Amino acid sequence: MSLLSPLARLGRATLGALAATGRLAAFAATGVSHIVRPPFYGREFGSALMQIGWFSLPVVGMTALFTGAALALQIYAGGQRFSAESVVPSITAIGMVRELGPVLGGLMVAARVASSIAAEVGTMKVTEQIDALTTLSTNPMKYLVAPRLLAATLAVPVLVAVGDSIGIFGGYIVGTTRLGFSPMTYLANTRAYLEPFDIVSGLIKGAAFGFLIALCGTYFGMASGRGAQGVGRATKSAVVTASVLILAANYLLTEMFFSG
Amino acid sequence: MIELSGVKKSFGAKTVLNGVELSVPRGESMVIIGGSGTGKSVLLKCILGLVAPDAGRITVDGAPAATSGPGREAFLDRFGMLFQGGALFDSLPVWQNVAFRLQRGPRKLPKDEARARALDKLRRVGLDRSAADLYPAELSGGMQKRVGLARAIAAEPEIIFFDEPTTGLDPIMAGVINDLIREIVTEMGATAMTITHDMTSVRAIADRVAMLEGGVIRWTGPIAEMDRTPDPYVQQFIHGRAEGPIATVR
Repeated sequence: MSLLSPLARLGRATLGALAATGRLAAFAATGVSHIVRPPFYGREFGSALMQIGWFSLPVVGMTALFTGAALALQIYAGGQRFSAESVVPSITAIGMVRELGPVLGGLMVAARVASSIAAEVGTMKVTEQIDALTTLSTNPMKYLVAPRLLAATLAVPVLVAVGDSIGIFGGYIVGTTRLGFSPMTYLANTRAYLEPFDIVSGLIKGAAFGFLIALCGTYFGMASGRGAQGVGRATKSAVVTASVLILAANYLLTEMFFSG
Repeated sequence: MIELSGVKKSFGAKTVLNGVELSVPRGESMVIIGGSGTGKSVLLKCILGLVAPDAGRITVDGAPAATSGPGREAFLDRFGMLFQGGALFDSLPVWQNVAFRLQRGPRKLPKDEARARALDKLRRVGLDRSAADLYPAELSGGMQKRVGLARAIAAEPEIIFFDEPTTGLDPIMAGVINDLIREIVTEMGATAMTITHDMTSVRAIADRVAMLEGGVIRWTGPIAEMDRTPDPYVQQFIHGRAEGPIATVR
């Protein structure tokens, strides 16, 4: 019996993980179905757009600025080893728009937004506000979940685009002030090797990450347990799950866009 | 008329409702009494479809309670509910909480009209227009209950549920809320179901009383008979005795 117990535990954990994945997928499908079916709650959508998009700009901007600057320094240091310092502008730009802009921007938005959505929705759950919505003939999936899913899917790519620009600017500052590039050369090299699909792929990643962030925030909020502890646990689960899903989705999308 | 027949609900191994039989005639104020954790709130939530019963039948005016599907919204439109903690929406000012149902759905009113109706209902529960633009977090517990009451009656529903309407209030404010509930239910001609363990509320609000204990309705009858019934469960509960058939944990 004791010989089999580790296997039983593994089996239970696997079944639990599969069940959780199924619940999350079913929740996502329901949420998406409410995005496309009336009634639409424009005010809630607008408010979510402000909370997720506008108010995340400072944190995404600062993250991108320092990341772009550090990236330029690293590429310069690495490039020096085989006399390829001139690749700094193009590799910084490609690295930012394809990878670091969407991933780091997504992770920062996950930390800021998934947590706040989970805490807000979780608090509404434990204080019976979600039951109250239902008794007032308002579907919580339509009123709370759908506007946030749509707003995050639209806002995060815009944040990524802004973050990409600021990150490239960070590299430009370091390149022109510390690494001896002339401003004209730096900008010309940045433009020369950057292709439209590099940018588009990053924006698609941003949209996918935005959806995952809002999905995790609303799902864990709606599933929150009782009391402050339940809300705290929901918030933690939302951020951790959103972050892991962003990294996993990033790998899958990169494989899809750039392999072979 | 609300009718429950053989309604059962368990959460894991814990059976909360074990075959509830209850009828609430139209226009009557039914108060359900019972100790904490006996399933009174679950019973109301089963009627509203917020909790799915494991077994049994719930009908409203002979039609099964619509827990999903196209008739759900019309079914819920017939109800108003005052939640124990108020359950006011933190993100909305008081008047928008009250007018929530009036600003959405098929009976949507223009904003000015919805606000006027909200102010009228707030006045009805004793709050003036200075409270209308405050947020719920800025209100005292008694004011939150009044706003919750105004929200419950804003769309003039046929059926109103009150979940522990006086919990957490001082005796004077509890009396004010009890009187308001009695007056509003009478003037609207609504069917009311109230759950409480506050005996002052029971005497102020009830036409009929039902006692929920051990997952079933132990006793039901007119309020005038409550004190006279020999039922030992009712007698222990209404007199607050530690000794009796209802097990107490010490």
